[in-house]
Amino acid sequence: MPKIQVIKERCKSCGYCVKVCPKKVIAVGKDVNSKGYEYVQPVNDDCIGCMACGRICPDGAIEVYK
Amino acid sequence: MEKIYSRTKTIQEDKVSGFCPGCFHSTIIKLIGEVLEELNVVDKTACVLGIGCCGLHMDYIAYDNTTAPHGRATAVATGMKRANPETLVFTYQGDGDFAAIGLGESISAANRGENITVIFVNNGIYGMTGGQMAPTTLMGMKASTAPKGRIAKEHGYPMHMCEILNQLTAPAYLERTSCNTVANVIKTKKAIKKAFQNQLDGKGFSMVEIVSNCPTNWGVDPLASLDFIEEKMLVEYPLGVIRDK
Amino acid sequence: MSRQFMKGCEAIAEAAVRAGCRFFAGYPITPQNEVPEYFARRMPEVGGAFVQGESEVASINMVYGAASTGTRSMTSSSSPGVALKSEGISYCASARIPMVYANVSRGGPGVGSIQPAQMDYLQATKASGNGGFQMMVLAPASVQEVVDLTYAAFDYADRDRNPVCLLVDGVIGTMMEPIELPDFKSDEEVDKMKEAKKSWACVGHRLDYPNRSWIEPGHWKTSDMQKANEDAAALYKSWEKDVQVEEYFVDDAEIVIAAYGISARTSKTAIDILRKEGIKAGMIRPITLNPFPHKSFENLDYSRVKAILDVEMSIPAQFINDVAVGVNNRCPIETCLCSGGNLMKRSTIIESVKKINAELGGK
Repeated sequence: MPKIQVIKERCKSCGYCVKVCPKKVIAVGKDVNSKGYEYVQPVNDDCIGCMACGRICPDGAIEVYK
Repeated sequence: MEKIYSRTKTIQEDKVSGFCPGCFHSTIIKLIGEVLEELNVVDKTACVLGIGCCGLHMDYIAYDNTTAPHGRATAVATGMKRANPETLVFTYQGDGDFAAIGLGESISAANRGENITVIFVNNGIYGMTGGQMAPTTLMGMKASTAPKGRIAKEHGYPMHMCEILNQLTAPAYLERTSCNTVANVIKTKKAIKKAFQNQLDGKGFSMVEIVSNCPTNWGVDPLASLDFIEEKMLVEYPLGVIRDK
Repeated sequence: MSRQFMKGCEAIAEAAVRAGCRFFAGYPITPQNEVPEYFARRMPEVGGAFVQGESEVASINMVYGAASTGTRSMTSSSSPGVALKSEGISYCASARIPMVYANVSRGGPGVGSIQPAQMDYLQATKASGNGGFQMMVLAPASVQEVVDLTYAAFDYADRDRNPVCLLVDGVIGTMMEPIELPDFKSDEEVDKMKEAKKSWACVGHRLDYPNRSWIEPGHWKTSDMQKANEDAAALYKSWEKDVQVEEYFVDDAEIVIAAYGISARTSKTAIDILRKEGIKAGMIRPITLNPFPHKSFENLDYSRVKAILDVEMSIPAQFINDVAVGVNNRCPIETCLCSGGNLMKRSTIIESVKKINAELGGK
């Protein structure tokens, strides 16, 4: 089953991945990274491996596995 | 499990970009890196950065680069390419750099048909210096040096660099893209790849103008900047291939 | 070696090509047009590149780019054009890029006059751009010296990873003289010189290469910037060993002319005439204006030397400031000046020396 992995230190919480994910897999979390950003986290197992999140993420914070 | 998407190796592994949240500078440099890897030319690439936010890439990317004096990137790239034709040379410039202070160098390099690639990032504002008006600022759009917004009588009209360069005979390829949707990100990457391939094939001057954002100086959050691009920027700067020969 | 009859500006270009220069970019401006014109013909013959830039600003930046690849590169211009290049020169100095530029200078500030002058002394030696950087500044007084110093300039530039300035006045640049040309560096030698710079050259490196090429014309971190400035200062200090100076009849001179470039050359013939009339005149001619031969002026025997005559084609005098450092108020410094494109006449120098001599009670 496809999945994503967030490299939390790279995330700046812009929310682009949340917006483009067709399956609503990602959400901005409550935890913050060392820069103070509330980094995104996967919230369900519905990932289809479309890579939309990875592509739109400016900072390469999301890795996609299939 | 197989990793099917991760950040390009052309960005220094331990680095996080210094750009604001949601800034397309980060997206674009990522796409450039992906293309360089796919074309297998990382070890023969030299990047000439402009001055302004685009210069922040200098300690973020892992391949050869230098920073040109403000606006002079295409002149620096001309010297690099002519002296060392086997290197893939590209400039990475903002709108202040490419369309204002460097207008003479930009048009002249295009007119000579220099075999270089220009990545022109147009967000309609000066980012690093704090939101001053650019030649590309939209009508009515406020800037720190146009507090009442851009007024035609005083500031003239937004400058369309693709269309201006399209008046010249020499350029091989001019395309305007954006990164505000996944589809546009994919199109931008394709355009960058074509522009680099043109150089490898010796076709001459190629430019990709990428309509970009500046959430910080536009005074909006990153998600709202995506809407602003769709609703305002792309009306003034329509996407598409302007020249492909 | 081959003997030829050549114009100063053309000699710059031919000497550069023989030294391995394979990139030139420039923009037309009198009186240095023969430099780009010569390169335009010559570069294709040696596999080099010539570009006529759209401006001086663009040209110097093309050189910045070309020299960044390790290619021996140069540009040339004349006074107002050099002012335009100052941004790029400063960037080259800051990024420690070796390149050579020639200023075939003309008269006056602004557009000035197109005739020869020595009005760019302070600009060349003290501030060719922002940020307090320095370059070696070489001042030929004959076309032969143009050849020799241009040839050497590329070696200095590569040795130091720093720009080098050839300060050539419009007379030397436009006159023709017989010259001996140096050996033509072979393609193998040229390739080898470029290869030697590969570690820092911006030509592409493997990602696992220990040091990608990162040519920085500035530094984000203040500590890095200060370190770069300290390194540069140490380099400038190291040039003391590179001082070149010509001393002409200084050993017994009572009146010592201080002059460089064409003024020195005219002064030399004035001294020959004065000596025949029994007036003990001599001359100190800096060949390197930076590093300046302060010691030559410091070490004069001021119990014998009664006066210094500063001869230069600049009003106000500029070169005099460096002369004064070594003289250090131990004797008067008189001036013999012209400007605006007027040439220094031998008769004017002779009159000036005789006037000083008479005031000192000589015959």
